[in-house]
Amino acid sequence: MESGIDWELVRTSLWPIVKYALIGTVPLTLASFAAGLVLAMAVALARLSRVKVLSGLGRAYVSVIRGTPLLVQLFVIFFGLPSIGVRLDPWPSAIIAFSLNVGGYAAEIIRAAILSVPKGQWEAAHMIGMSNRLALRRIILPQAARVSVPPLSNTFISLVKDTSLASLILVTELFRRAQEIAAFSQEFLVLYVEAAVVYWVLCLFLSVGQSALEGRLDRYVAH
Amino acid sequence: MSRTDSDHTAVGAPLLTVTGLRKAFGDHEVLRSIDLTVRRGQVVALVGPSGSGKTTVLRSLNVLEVPDAGVIQVGSDLTVDFSRPVPKRLLASLRDRSAMVFQHYNLFPHMTVLENVVEGPVQVRRRPRDEALEEAERLLARVGLSDKRDSYPFQLSGGQQQRVGIVRALAMRPQVLLFDEPTSALDPELVGEVLGVIRELSDEGWTMVLVTHELGFAREVADEVVFMDGGVVVEHGPAAKVLGEPQHDRTRLFVRRLQQRF
Ligand SMILES: Nc1ncnc2c1ncn2[C@@H]1O[C@H](COP(=O)(O)OP(=O)(O)OP(=O)(O)O)[C@@H](O)[C@H]1O
Ligand SMILES: [Mg+2]
Repeated sequence: MESGIDWELVRTSLWPIVKYALIGTVPLTLASFAAGLVLAMAVALARLSRVKVLSGLGRAYVSVIRGTPLLVQLFVIFFGLPSIGVRLDPWPSAIIAFSLNVGGYAAEIIRAAILSVPKGQWEAAHMIGMSNRLALRRIILPQAARVSVPPLSNTFISLVKDTSLASLILVTELFRRAQEIAAFSQEFLVLYVEAAVVYWVLCLFLSVGQSALEGRLDRYVAH
Repeated sequence: MSRTDSDHTAVGAPLLTVTGLRKAFGDHEVLRSIDLTVRRGQVVALVGPSGSGKTTVLRSLNVLEVPDAGVIQVGSDLTVDFSRPVPKRLLASLRDRSAMVFQHYNLFPHMTVLENVVEGPVQVRRRPRDEALEEAERLLARVGLSDKRDSYPFQLSGGQQQRVGIVRALAMRPQVLLFDEPTSALDPELVGEVLGVIRELSDEGWTMVLVTHELGFAREVADEVVFMDGGVVVEHGPAAKVLGEPQHDRTRLFVRRLQQRF
């Protein structure tokens, strides 16, 4: 076959791609996920609040985030906001868009996890004199955390892959680096498969980590 | 495990007085003017058919439910009138006077036995941790659970979990202990160990309100039995009298039914 795999290209392009996984994809994912979780916690509590305005705002937020494509959210922030004078660099735009997105999805996970803790746990906490706040922190959230680890891990793994969209707003990360090399070498199949493999390996590591974490947390829960 | 309350009311004087307690859920009037007096050191058993409002009475005493009206008085220094808006601080002090043992234990599953017991004293009452741990270990020893201090609730039998539930309540140093059918979720062979602990507490002079379907046990430990039906107290008096020679048809029917069941 005339056009066999160019192994030399695979060898020379692997490090640049892995490098941009490490200095692009990974930090983008971590920063967005961390900020997203903080936001998600706030939104989950707002959703659960007895204050109608708060729960309404929380619900609207979740609805908008889940009802619109991530790519569109990204474009609104990076290409849209400059029209009203808000000009953000690619990285901050990407982190904002991804955290807002994670915030919407994770909020529902956290809310469901909090609601899954039996009512008797709140009552026992109140019985020993705890306020709602203290009960949430000491009794409810630790139990909700265990329940929410599997779905949050899934959100995290999705985010790793979704960060490839940032290449479209000029963030140089794993996929954009692969695109650049592909454009230069015209070896599209090789480079894109290579990028796919790197994503896959990243996610493989993450799912191993997820199982380990779940195993640890399972130790303390019955049934 | 002696009583540690600071109230100086004489033994035998009313410690807990409930007057005209009312509670409705929507249009459903669950408590229609309940009166109840519990003297210091007394064990009062609340009995009655399902849905008669027994749990709601206990939950009101521990402010897990806020009554619509009525007065709850504990000791000589705390009176809460629910027919007016009650400040949060007052609700909190009322709650502090009692501690509840739940039907389904409701232990904190992510904490060890010892952590379950010291959680309230340390996090809420702000007692020094060492001191709280020492007291917890002493209480656990009294119910025969010293070797389980580092276990998690799911590693315990129902009877052991309920004994931890009792110790958790004791560690709050309440003036009144509230038990809501403490043995009804247990396998029959585990009922005895929990009733044994409650019997000891009563011998030690703890003041208790006990909701139970174990009429034999009520007869044995309770000084007074209160029979409720449809949100009212139908009959109350010494255990032997109410359970032995009930005056009202409804009480008679209830006692006969329960006796047939066992
Ligand atoms: N939070 C609530 N909301 C609505 N109805 C309630 C609530 N709690 C209790 N009820 C109703 O109040 C009535 C009395 O309930 P309660 O639990 O006090 O009865 P009980 O005497 O303890 O019965 P059981 O022997 O079955 O435990 C029941 O009809 C119950 O359905
Ligand atoms: Mg009940």
